[in-house]
Amino acid sequence: MAIGFEQILIQTVNGIVNGMILALVASGLTLIFGIMDVVNFAHGDLVMLGGFVGAVTIASTGNFWLALLVAAVVIAVFGAVLQATTLRPLIGRDPLQTILATFGISLVLQKYAIWQWGPSARRIQEPLSGNFAFFYLQYPWYRILTALLATAIIGALYLFLRYGKYGIWIRATTQDRVMAQAMGIPVPLVHTAVFAIGAGMAAASGVLFGPLGGVTQNIGLDFTLRAFIVVVVGGMGNLGGSILASIFISLLEAYAALIVSPAQAVIVSFVALILTLLFRPTGLFVPTPK
Amino acid sequence: MRRSVTSYWVGFAIILALLAIAPLLLPEFWRRFVTEILIWGLLAMSSDILIGYTGMVSFGHSVFFGLGMYCAAAALLTTKPPNLWIAVLYGLAGALAVSLFVAYFATRLRDIYFSITTLVFSQIFYVVIFTWTDVTGGENGLAFSQPPLSIPGIWSGRFTGETLHWFVLAVVTVSFLILRRVTQSPFGMVLQAIRENEPRARAIGYPVERYKIVAVMLSGLFAGLAGVLYAVQNKFAAPDFVFFIVSGEVVIFNVMGGVGTLVGPVVGAAFFLLLREGLSRYFTEYYLIPVGIIFTAMVIFMPQGLLGFARRRLNQ
Repeated sequence: MAIGFEQILIQTVNGIVNGMILALVASGLTLIFGIMDVVNFAHGDLVMLGGFVGAVTIASTGNFWLALLVAAVVIAVFGAVLQATTLRPLIGRDPLQTILATFGISLVLQKYAIWQWGPSARRIQEPLSGNFAFFYLQYPWYRILTALLATAIIGALYLFLRYGKYGIWIRATTQDRVMAQAMGIPVPLVHTAVFAIGAGMAAASGVLFGPLGGVTQNIGLDFTLRAFIVVVVGGMGNLGGSILASIFISLLEAYAALIVSPAQAVIVSFVALILTLLFRPTGLFVPTPK
Repeated sequence: MRRSVTSYWVGFAIILALLAIAPLLLPEFWRRFVTEILIWGLLAMSSDILIGYTGMVSFGHSVFFGLGMYCAAAALLTTKPPNLWIAVLYGLAGALAVSLFVAYFATRLRDIYFSITTLVFSQIFYVVIFTWTDVTGGENGLAFSQPPLSIPGIWSGRFTGETLHWFVLAVVTVSFLILRRVTQSPFGMVLQAIRENEPRARAIGYPVERYKIVAVMLSGLFAGLAGVLYAVQNKFAAPDFVFFIVSGEVVIFNVMGGVGTLVGPVVGAAFFLLLREGLSRYFTEYYLIPVGIIFTAMVIFMPQGLLGFARRRLNQ
């Protein structure tokens, strides 16, 4: 079977675009995991909820940018409440229990989404409909815009963590929770804020993904699985590694989709995970530990 | 000490006797319900070996269950005349093979990464079974006829509601006794040592990886047995049972009933199925919303599960 050069090129760009959305999800997950050892099984469901909130806002206001903002803020607040009510009591207990608690939350959120919004997919209207012409190839502007937006959000997060006052609080808490507390940093508040940031980023990726794939209650599990694969392949708790791994995994899936059906293309990323576990259990995108 | 051991076995015998006479007293619907509790209870019990005794939460038990189911189906469809014991043998072999495969990769990781890897494997097998229509029947699954219940050379007859219940009860009881023995054996002690302090267990000199692989295989074997029982009871195998939701339910059974007790997961399965039965009258298919809330609350406030909670109450 011959695969044209055009197709390969388009799939490459597609892979990078999807990779940036995935990176947005995975970096929130990594951030939450790094700071409080909480493994958020419900992270993909926050993406899904964000997508639905965005779709509802667009349906009533017609403004994509407003929807992006509303979804991020609403889900961030929701995430803060969730963290304060269900995860805060579990701090200091066995990490298994946070897996179980967030798994319970994930079930509730999934079923709630079906109950509230029904089983059919919601499609979000893209804010930018034109095509981008590159020699003889056509490519939708919106996809390029998505990748740029995701990059901008991740970049802003990086700058905030690096230079912002509260960013330094977050990094201090990640490094040493007890010492940070001793220096007067309100650690429980930092935990809640980080969860809120992660949730808000997940919601933003849900809205960005909306025009590409549509929002259904099933995308949660998909995103959770992919984000975890990315976190393992990229090296655990490593922000740069997760971004590279997101693009890597998405490219693999995009190329695989040229040959097999998209449902089977997922298996390729699973295989990438297994191979990583076998040969580089510390992650592909980290320096070899000495 | 002596007395508590005696009262344990007396209690065990009473519960066993109650379960044995249940089909004679209960109407058709509830008899079937009790049989199902036993099958799901066996699946939950097998998963307790990992969650409760080794400290590894498996989100992939649906694979072992499903493979047991599909291999039993394959045996019943290919051998003429269908034979129950060959089906059991196929199911166990299938579950054992797949659990070795999963364990080889998944045990390289700990905590959530183990859970996610098992979940990934369950998705892989789900996709394979769902799309490989020629062999697995795809979305429709496989339907077959129930094999006769036979004890080779002694007795043979068709399954009725009662004999099926007794057969399931016998298998589950024997499995429980075996698993109980295993958890109290030196092997089981090592698993508990790994749960409590893995670096230390390794430092003492136990090959931790090998113990973990065997634990996953043991767990997968009994999960596969539960799959065979379910296939025999319902006369079909469907891809839904390989889906991750089943694995999630198994974890819920464990947490609700109390991990690390073997009996707890069976109690949890009974509690969950009763909750589902009761709540689905009001919430229809959204029963998982209240069940999920109850589950999350139990993780936070009752981490020992129903059995552990009851035990602590009794000791007060």
